[in-house]
Amino acid sequence: MTVSVAPTVVKTTRARRGLARQRLQNLLPKLVLAPSFILVLVFVYGFNLWTFFLSFTNSKAFASTHLVGLLNYRRLWDWTFQSDPPSNWYTAIVNMGLFGGLYVFFCLVLGLTLAILLDQKIRGEGILRPIYLYPLALSFIVTGTAWKLFLDPGIGLEKAMHDWGWTSFHFDWVVNPRMMIYCVAIAGIWQTSGFVMAMFLAGLRGVDGEIIKAAQIDGASAFQTYRRIIIPIMRPVFLSAIIILTHMAIKSYDLVLSVTGKNPGGAAELPSTFMYSFTFTRNQMAVGSTAAVIMLMTIAAIMVPYLYSELREKGR
Amino acid sequence: MKLRSILMASVMTAGALGLTSGAIAAEDKEIQMLHWWTSGGEAAALNVLKQDLAKEGYAWKDVPIAGGGGEGAMTALKAMVAAGNPPTASQILGYFAVDYAEAGKLGDISSLAKKEDWAKVVPQALQKFTTTDGKWDAVPVNIHSVNWVWINKSVMDKIGGTEPKNFDDFVALLGKAKAAGVIPLALGGQPWQEATLFDSVVASTGGIEFYKKAFVDLDEGALKSDTMKKSFDNLAKLRDYVDPNYAGRDWNLATAMVIKGDALVQVMGDWAKGEFRAANKEAGKDFLCYRFPGTDGSVIYNTDMFAMFKVSADRQGAQLALADATMSPSFQSAFNVVKGSVPARMDVPDTAFDMCGKKGIADVKAANAAGTFVGSMAQNYAQPPAVAGAYHDVVTKFFHGEIKTSDAAVAELDKALNNAK
Repeated sequence: MTVSVAPTVVKTTRARRGLARQRLQNLLPKLVLAPSFILVLVFVYGFNLWTFFLSFTNSKAFASTHLVGLLNYRRLWDWTFQSDPPSNWYTAIVNMGLFGGLYVFFCLVLGLTLAILLDQKIRGEGILRPIYLYPLALSFIVTGTAWKLFLDPGIGLEKAMHDWGWTSFHFDWVVNPRMMIYCVAIAGIWQTSGFVMAMFLAGLRGVDGEIIKAAQIDGASAFQTYRRIIIPIMRPVFLSAIIILTHMAIKSYDLVLSVTGKNPGGAAELPSTFMYSFTFTRNQMAVGSTAAVIMLMTIAAIMVPYLYSELREKGR
Repeated sequence: MKLRSILMASVMTAGALGLTSGAIAAEDKEIQMLHWWTSGGEAAALNVLKQDLAKEGYAWKDVPIAGGGGEGAMTALKAMVAAGNPPTASQILGYFAVDYAEAGKLGDISSLAKKEDWAKVVPQALQKFTTTDGKWDAVPVNIHSVNWVWINKSVMDKIGGTEPKNFDDFVALLGKAKAAGVIPLALGGQPWQEATLFDSVVASTGGIEFYKKAFVDLDEGALKSDTMKKSFDNLAKLRDYVDPNYAGRDWNLATAMVIKGDALVQVMGDWAKGEFRAANKEAGKDFLCYRFPGTDGSVIYNTDMFAMFKVSADRQGAQLALADATMSPSFQSAFNVVKGSVPARMDVPDTAFDMCGKKGIADVKAANAAGTFVGSMAQNYAQPPAVAGAYHDVVTKFFHGEIKTSDAAVAELDKALNNAK
């Protein structure tokens, strides 16, 4: 964008008017942003603080202001190490690690692969791209239910294989409490990798063609070009993708419940489902708030250093 | 000048509006009702009430929030009440009613209750949830009970089974079905369903007095007793008779297995009867209903209630009308015939009900007289949600093998329930 340059010789009144206008123009963005700023301040940070406060109270069905110190944190701390029989909180943390790790990793790998393949100037890209992107348009409930039915040994994949004659085929993850969380990851990856692909594709299209040509003249192979030049250039895209995927993984709730069918054996617990059930269905709001605070702090502990290093590098 | 006159005019209009609305507010004829009866049969049942009230000139405003167990509805209700904008009444379950009452959010309809003498016709145990310190603040709509078994009659005839009278009979019957190649027990492997099944198993294994001691009184001795251990062992026996794909199945899909004849029996509350009805099946001819073997004579109940919130004076007329209409014998009969449950009043004639409904009504009367009318632990009627949730955890973890032995299960149950208290 080009900025129009004011004439150098101006009358003083006009200059003053220009100054006022300038000032207003400077102020305008702040004025326009003020309402949303206040809303965010109250409804995000204000309620964060409120939740933080509640985690130190003995709130049950309703919020209470009776302070009990670190009791709730001590409780969760005890549960963190209770692995036999696993406490709900222990299961939730383990599952979060499994699900979050698999989800982010495979979405990035699949998204990047699809994007690179689509970027080979192939015919029909206009059709393929929306096909890959389409799952994102579904709600998580729909995705979850569809995958649950598809993976159900009695009616889905396993039965189809048996009907086609492959009778030794065995795939019962979705009804096996120990393997359920992987099914949740499969459904999540299916839903989101197309979206990650779109992000990477936009990044790839933004790479300057001159650089690639220069690399080709230098004799770099296609693999080397991607490995050494294009992917490093797309670092900001990775940043955005990881932030989006991480927060989707941590807040995923409906997907878990719909794939696993309400958490049989307590084996598909995630911090989000733990937090919800304690706050709203078990009337232990204080414990739920504590779980929420710990979730927030965990995210902060991962994201803040990452954001800091990435953004500082960019600013340099 | 112009601006000021506009301002003045708007202030005056606002004042006038306020006055008129104050005048209108003498009686608000609108009933705001929060509920989650949105599916076909339930919605039809509720429609009866709407029409009754429309005849008296009250307008019905639904606040329906779909979702079987009402979890979403409970969250929405909490928000409405916290915002100081409660509905006239809300469908509510178990200890949630007690929570709202203790928080001072419920109104008082004792005058009507006294006039109609509800204390006599509503089972004693139920009044714990509908009254607070002798003050009526909720009305029961129905009584469900969870200790039922639902059997496909043609499958039963095929395998030559007879009504099981105790737990061992039941296991033998399931074994017969297994030998005949049908799925013996249709179970949905979700925590609440497994806990609901365990309610019946405990009452059958230890008797209803033991059940009361363990779950209503949370007696340490009973919780840690050998009887409790045996109950877990019995539950583990039933695990051999479910199909491999049971984990995470919804309850109505399990009912469908029995309806279609793929499975012999389901242990489930009497809301399952609604599914049989919807499939045009007839009690006694197509399906059989027995009390869970070994629990005949006892009723492990849960109930749907309408909690009456503390509302402004102008809305109280409508609230009383709603309470009155809900408690009218004709509505209680019409509603419960459709819903599959039995009336919350014990003086409602059973003529309109099917075989199972008639048995249910007789059982409630008998159990109320004998003191064997007990709240369901799994459904939040024996203990507050925190404790019931811990109970769900232990039972489901045991059933799915996360807790390996019945000894460990007993220890864990005692610990979890005490922690959650």
